[in-house]
Amino acid sequence: MTIPIDVETKHRIVVVLLWLAALVALAVLAFIIAVVLWNGLPAVTLSFLLESPRDMGRAGGIFPMVVSTVAVTLLAVIVAAPLGVGTAIYLTEYTSETALTRVIRFGAECLAGVPSIIFGLFGFIFFVIQLGMGWSVLSGGLTLAVMILPTVMRTAEEAIRAVPESFREASFSTGASRWQTVTQVVLPSALPGIVTGVILGVGRGVGETAAVIFTAGSSLHIPTSIFSPARTMAVHFYILAREGISMRHAYGTAAVLVILILAINTAANWLMLRFQAKQG
Amino acid sequence: MTVARREKAIERALLVSALSAVSMLALIAAFILIEGAPVMLRHGISSFLAGTRWAPTKGSFGILPMIVASVVVTLGAMVIAVPLGLSCAVFLAEIAPRRAANFLRPAIQLLAGIPSVVYGFVGILFLVPLIRENLGGPGLSVLAAVVILGVMVLPTLIGIAEDAIEAVPRTYKEGALALGCTHAQAIRRVILPAARGGIIAAVILAMGRAVGETMAVIMVIGNAAIIPCSVLDPARTLTSNIALEMGYAAGDHQKALFATGVVLFAFIMVLNSIATMRIVRGRR
Repeated sequence: MTIPIDVETKHRIVVVLLWLAALVALAVLAFIIAVVLWNGLPAVTLSFLLESPRDMGRAGGIFPMVVSTVAVTLLAVIVAAPLGVGTAIYLTEYTSETALTRVIRFGAECLAGVPSIIFGLFGFIFFVIQLGMGWSVLSGGLTLAVMILPTVMRTAEEAIRAVPESFREASFSTGASRWQTVTQVVLPSALPGIVTGVILGVGRGVGETAAVIFTAGSSLHIPTSIFSPARTMAVHFYILAREGISMRHAYGTAAVLVILILAINTAANWLMLRFQAKQG
Repeated sequence: MTVARREKAIERALLVSALSAVSMLALIAAFILIEGAPVMLRHGISSFLAGTRWAPTKGSFGILPMIVASVVVTLGAMVIAVPLGLSCAVFLAEIAPRRAANFLRPAIQLLAGIPSVVYGFVGILFLVPLIRENLGGPGLSVLAAVVILGVMVLPTLIGIAEDAIEAVPRTYKEGALALGCTHAQAIRRVILPAARGGIIAAVILAMGRAVGETMAVIMVIGNAAIIPCSVLDPARTLTSNIALEMGYAAGDHQKALFATGVVLFAFIMVLNSIATMRIVRGRR
């Protein structure tokens, strides 16, 4: 015999279960962050951040990896941001829904779903081999640029769409051209949203391993130009952890990575909230 | 240059940048195919796809074990992610007080920001020993990959499913409540069915994420290129096959890894196309 449960109790059970699901997701996040910071922070000192690694990373620090990560990600953003924002401007300001825009959007959606290892394969065969760039900051940065392009594009499009139509009408009524309206009116008000997208792209780039390990390489030296090979922090962490080189330094690198990601996400969120508040 | 001509030039430049994503996608597909297809054809597509022996240095390129592993791991991840993720999405859209939702939403997005290598690392340190000591086997296993992926795809699933639930017109819910439904009944009988299309898209996209995940899987799945007999056995997915051997492969071996990439790419494109079409249809 089943115990009869009235609808009110059932409703309460459902609500409790839903709260639980949310708490489980939160708990997993908290666990991962806590484990990494707890074990990693003791290894993170100023000299860890500012020294070169010695003995394959068993001793010394991660300075070259910090430089490589910044270089590769910066290059990716420099390439992806104009393309992504350009696409967003074209889609919102210069055209209406046509077969072409559907193709553009479908392409971006698909590109967003392509796994990072495929970007790695493509970057290797196209940038490293075909274009002769070798394992370099350039190859890694361009590969990452392709990878973060959909993120930048989508966020920029949303931000630009959120700019009220009346702004544009007011601009046109003063005799401004379309491009003048875009640069003087639309982009400034959409800027926080666009920057959020770029920051999210940076976050993806910083944490990426599969796409950069076969394109930027895994040299332990500080890259001296965009043609030098480089090892990003995520790649360094992967090699330390997988080959069991140094637990302490693996944790330390992971802690730096996680703190960076936390900072990047917080910045993006803060900007987004401010942007939304301004839009009303 | 006159204003009109300048405007025209700018429009053309913008169009070119707008085509960048599509052309990159085409370029990726073309290069992976050009590199991967010949070796597949030379050894026979069926012996490549259905062959069970992967010994690339001896000229055997059978990737069936990797296909099986990728499919099993992906479906397994859904067993964890779908109930948990859907519950979170319903919670965010319907139950959560505003402040809780405003805290939880960025937290879940943060879960997407954590690098996959970090997931793999935490998996090796905690999950793998847990499985080894309590369930047996080497610990590095399909199950470990399933759990890690189940967590990793949550942000994708929750984000899109929540959008779908929030897109259900308020009147549906109000109607259900007016008829005397409890909130829970309204969610189950009215809101979820109305959001079905978007929810299915969310699940499919999450599957795409799981199929494509590489570094976290490599670290916890054990990477043996054999068809796993139980969830406690080690296995090797399509993605880990590529990433493990790209570093040193040459000649036909390297081409066979690109061929593995072709299969992976095909999987992803099918999943993405289904999901994208569903989302687009849902919007209309």
